[in-house]
Amino acid sequence: MDLSQYLEIFIDETKEHLQNLNDQVLILEAEPENIDTVNEIFRAAHSLKGMAGTMGFKRMQRLTHDMENVFSEIRNGKLNVNADMVDIVFKCLDAIEGYLNNIIETSDEGTEDNEELITLLNDALNGVSEEPKQEKPKQEQPQTPVAGSEDRKKYKQIAIADFEKNAMLEAKEKGMHVYATTVYIQESCLLKAARAFLVFKSVESNGEIIKSVPSVQDIEDERFEFDFSMFIISEKTLEEVKKCIENVSEIEEAVIEEYEIPNEAIDSTAKSEEKEETATEAKTEKNDDSKKKTVSKGSKPVVNRSVRVDIEKLDDLMNLVSELIIAKNGLVSVGGVNSGQGQVFNEQIEYLERVTTNLHESVMKVRMVPIESVVNRFPRMIRDLSKKLNKEMELIMTGEDTELDRTVIDEIGDPLMHMLRNAADHGLESTIDRLKIGKPKVGTIRLDAYQDGNNVTIEVSDDGAGVDVEKIKRKAVEKGQISPEQAEYMTDKEAVDLLFMPAFSTAEKISDISGRGVGLDVVKNKIEGLGGDVEVQTKLGEGTTFIVRLPLTLAIIQALMVKVKSEMYAIPLNSIVTLEEILPEDIKYVHTKEVINLRGQVIPLVRLDEILDIEACEEEEEEDNDSIVVVIVKKGDKQAGLVIDKLLGQQEIVIKPLGKYIRVPKMISGATILGNGEVALIIDSNTLV
Amino acid sequence: MDSNAVMTDTKQYIILRFDAEQYGIDITYIDNIVRLQPITRVPHTQPYFLGVINLRGEIIPVMSLRRKFELEDKENTPASRILIIKTEGNKIGILVDEVREVVTLTEEDTEKLGSDTNDMKAYIMAVGKYNDTLISILNIGGLIADIDNEY
Repeated sequence: MDLSQYLEIFIDETKEHLQNLNDQVLILEAEPENIDTVNEIFRAAHSLKGMAGTMGFKRMQRLTHDMENVFSEIRNGKLNVNADMVDIVFKCLDAIEGYLNNIIETSDEGTEDNEELITLLNDALNGVSEEPKQEKPKQEQPQTPVAGSEDRKKYKQIAIADFEKNAMLEAKEKGMHVYATTVYIQESCLLKAARAFLVFKSVESNGEIIKSVPSVQDIEDERFEFDFSMFIISEKTLEEVKKCIENVSEIEEAVIEEYEIPNEAIDSTAKSEEKEETATEAKTEKNDDSKKKTVSKGSKPVVNRSVRVDIEKLDDLMNLVSELIIAKNGLVSVGGVNSGQGQVFNEQIEYLERVTTNLHESVMKVRMVPIESVVNRFPRMIRDLSKKLNKEMELIMTGEDTELDRTVIDEIGDPLMHMLRNAADHGLESTIDRLKIGKPKVGTIRLDAYQDGNNVTIEVSDDGAGVDVEKIKRKAVEKGQISPEQAEYMTDKEAVDLLFMPAFSTAEKISDISGRGVGLDVVKNKIEGLGGDVEVQTKLGEGTTFIVRLPLTLAIIQALMVKVKSEMYAIPLNSIVTLEEILPEDIKYVHTKEVINLRGQVIPLVRLDEILDIEACEEEEEEDNDSIVVVIVKKGDKQAGLVIDKLLGQQEIVIKPLGKYIRVPKMISGATILGNGEVALIIDSNTLV
Repeated sequence: MDSNAVMTDTKQYIILRFDAEQYGIDITYIDNIVRLQPITRVPHTQPYFLGVINLRGEIIPVMSLRRKFELEDKENTPASRILIIKTEGNKIGILVDEVREVVTLTEEDTEKLGSDTNDMKAYIMAVGKYNDTLISILNIGGLIADIDNEY
């Protein structure tokens, strides 16, 4: 059978399960007694095994099978979770990821058997008492031979999981009936999923469905032949239940009988019930809950409402929207010229403007992905780092649901990882040192993401030692990156920014975690390449915070159009704080640099005409000189005032690259096409602050 | 294609005028020829780049061959054109005084030159003869490669 068409789904789902497993095992490590987590892990491992088996990945199947066994024992209370076991399980997850990566690259799982891990898993299993081993074959015996004796009673072939047995036992104790049934739908039936759904609904009004084969989801999706089986708990009599099923039209027959719960199962559960009654109770309740959930899900036939779309198609769509906005801007400017055209034209233009803006927003939203998909691998990474570095630390994440453009998401993972590693390796002190200076033993690393206007901010912070400014200066002087005199006059802020210089590492010893000199300058370049910026705040002894700001979207932004001498420029709106009109005498000088005092804050002035090298060409008619327009822009909490000549208004602009070959200065982040077809450059005010 | 063309190696060239001289560019490099339009200056770029233009929604840098060859700037005239050159998917515009015509030259009509000087002649890879006039054929590939190196 050709399974290649399912490969993609397999890869996606395996990734999801692996992520889930990583998360759950982390929880388990913290709370070894958490039975919900164990169940969750067991289920995920079980699904992984099944999927690997279906796809014919034997080695992966074997490994997951053994892992599942271990968790099955833990779940039955026969095995306790300890640190060694968690380590083994994490190694297994890495090994499975290894298989997966092989599969992604070559469609084959590779030849690594991971014998060592399997042995470790089995050793863990053998720590278990002999009791469960004898029990297992017994449980299977009563089920297999019955098969085939009564063809129509297909439910006899269904294996019942322990928790299901428990639920049945509980029901029996409460004096309810447990029925097993196989429902046959007429083969002429066209909407068998709908019929099955009606059966479920009708049974639910009379009792509770413990288990159905195939699963409710599969039945909803019509992935079954003309029969399905259920186990039902009900207070009603056999006849009543049978009738309520057969009352649904196009149902051929419901083969039903009181279900006899296999004896061994009763024994073993009874035993375990004696041992830890409370735990079992909790477990059963939980299982009942989860069953209820699945069933109630069945009560409204939800169709899967999401579609997988190739990112390239979205890019195309975005490009088309860009073109449309340029065309719209063209129309707007034509309207401006022939304003005699009347109101109707203007109304239509406004309407068009609204539609294109909404269209742009919708397309943008489609491209947005929560950063969760990037950051969810970090808790595991920090755990491993903690072991490796022998430092106790925890990672606290907030705002994982913050959304960013897909292209940004794809690029942001590595820089964030770098910063986290830095925080773990360089930021946090060793556990002993922390205790010495009276800090909490466990170091805290935080990753906080939130939306801030048209930007998304991600902060990576630690409560470690902070950056030693003097040490950085010394290092920089040693490396000849700055002169001793420069170091003397450098502000702390400037010194901290030295961290972003290429090949700068203050780590005394170079470890394989960070400090290979390819750290922060790469991070900075990457983030700036995405149109964002990064900043460090640090306090010696208290910790360091890296603040990354990223644009919400890359392609289309709101901008303020300004005129400087005879040239037109666009300044992105998201960096603008206010617009001010000042008088020439308001300008003061600090170190021969022009500044203004704006409501108590001293803000340096940037003469755009000088910085952009604009020639004072034809004498502009307005030599009035009495007021100067200043655009106040911000970067973090720093501000600067850009001196311009004229405001032209706000406009939605499409950012375009300037093409190859031409060298573009740092303060220009791109170009845009105006309504009249001309090109205006976009000023990256971040570089001017 | 007629039989003559098959017999000898022929190439088509676009003939440009700079001052009194005529230059040829291999037509396979040409993507488009557009009339002069407003060029947006880009600050702090290479001196021979005049700026960028909008060609149907695409932004394309435009250079001046005059400046590249350190000739003096000249007033643009209604005959001035921007040649859009395409190499490996990237486009670049070249401002020229005038585009004359397209000619077909056989290999016999052209004479290859070795390049040794460092001015405009460095980019002249051959001289062609057409109707008693001499045409300097520009090495566009080399020119673009040099710009790319400086980029």
